[in-house]
Amino acid sequence: MTDLTDKATAEERPSVAVSAAMKVLRERWGDVIELAEENRGQWRVELSSRDPLVDIVRHLKETADLQFDFLVDVTALDHYGEEPRFRAVYVLRSMKLSEDLVLKVKVPEQAESGGTWAPSLTPLFRSANWLEREVYDMFGIEFRGHPDLRRIMMPEIFEGHPLRKDFPMEGTMTDHEWAEWIIARAQRVEESEAAGGTD
Amino acid sequence: MAERRLSALHVGETQEEGGALLTRVDAIINWARKNSIWPLPLGLSCCGIEFMATAASRFDMARFGAEVARFSPKQADLMLVAGTLTYKMGEACRRLYDQMAEPKWVISMGACASSGGMFRSYPVMQGIDHLIPVDYYIPGCPPRPEMVLNALIHLQQNICAERAHRGLEITKMLTAGKTE
Ligand code: SF4
Repeated sequence: MTDLTDKATAEERPSVAVSAAMKVLRERWGDVIELAEENRGQWRVELSSRDPLVDIVRHLKETADLQFDFLVDVTALDHYGEEPRFRAVYVLRSMKLSEDLVLKVKVPEQAESGGTWAPSLTPLFRSANWLEREVYDMFGIEFRGHPDLRRIMMPEIFEGHPLRKDFPMEGTMTDHEWAEWIIARAQRVEESEAAGGTD
Repeated sequence: MAERRLSALHVGETQEEGGALLTRVDAIINWARKNSIWPLPLGLSCCGIEFMATAASRFDMARFGAEVARFSPKQADLMLVAGTLTYKMGEACRRLYDQMAEPKWVISMGACASSGGMFRSYPVMQGIDHLIPVDYYIPGCPPRPEMVLNALIHLQQNICAERAHRGLEITKMLTAGKTE
């Protein structure tokens, strides 16, 4: 077993394997990599295009001396007023190297640039399933290839994506409308349970 | 055997002066009810913690007969909504209320449950009274345990003034008979 604390100093340990990997990334995907650097102990990679995302993540995950095999989080940023408007953000961790890596991908909003979507990482990480649903729910980024892209936090009749900067704070439906929907739904569930079904 | 048990239950025989206890049905039923209000705590956020303090030994809801918190709506009399009700939780709240047997009461504890509180935002219902009828609103963020007890005492007084058959099947039968 490798003892990370004894084996190398804090400076050596992160840099060697990952900075070599950064070089490989720049060589192979140089046209889309805008940034690949270390900033205060954390690695950042920014992509201008979403197309090679899955390939890059697969490379990071499956290369033997990297093994970024833990998808910690998927989130997003809304740069309202810019185009491309969104950034999909992936936080990866390598258990082997004890390293974090943040991957940002530009996601445009306009239809002429292809629309608001990003490739799904579910083929690589099962944990991407709910994380991507959350980003879809909150930011409206569609993850292509996701097996079950539904809202995860807001009720299914919710309109809009609340963490977008142009979303009205108080929502778009009145409490009266909500109450009507909730009561009807509660009644439906009770009735179907009374009839022995599951809802 | 059956005869002996019946006679033992007869009040007159067991009391020396052969006395009987006379009262109105409403009074005796309401007296029993008001001293055994079993709450269903719907602790949705921080107010739920304050409810726990109310129930625990220092403030001791048991003094008012309401210490038996029931987590099955079918065994509870009082729904105590303590906290922020989101739309997504609304369905659970409504279903729990529907599953409670009559007679039932609702206390809305805290600013959030009563009006949405400080959360004028997209997931929060602005007051549980959009979904279920409320008997008492407790202001405060969170209300102190004394205020919860105060609401409970008010509720007890309120129960005393009620018709004991409120909301029961028999009421519906009686009133239906009257109109015909
Ligand atoms: S009223 Fe205040 S203490 Fe109670 S749930 Fe709301 S925010 Fe929390």
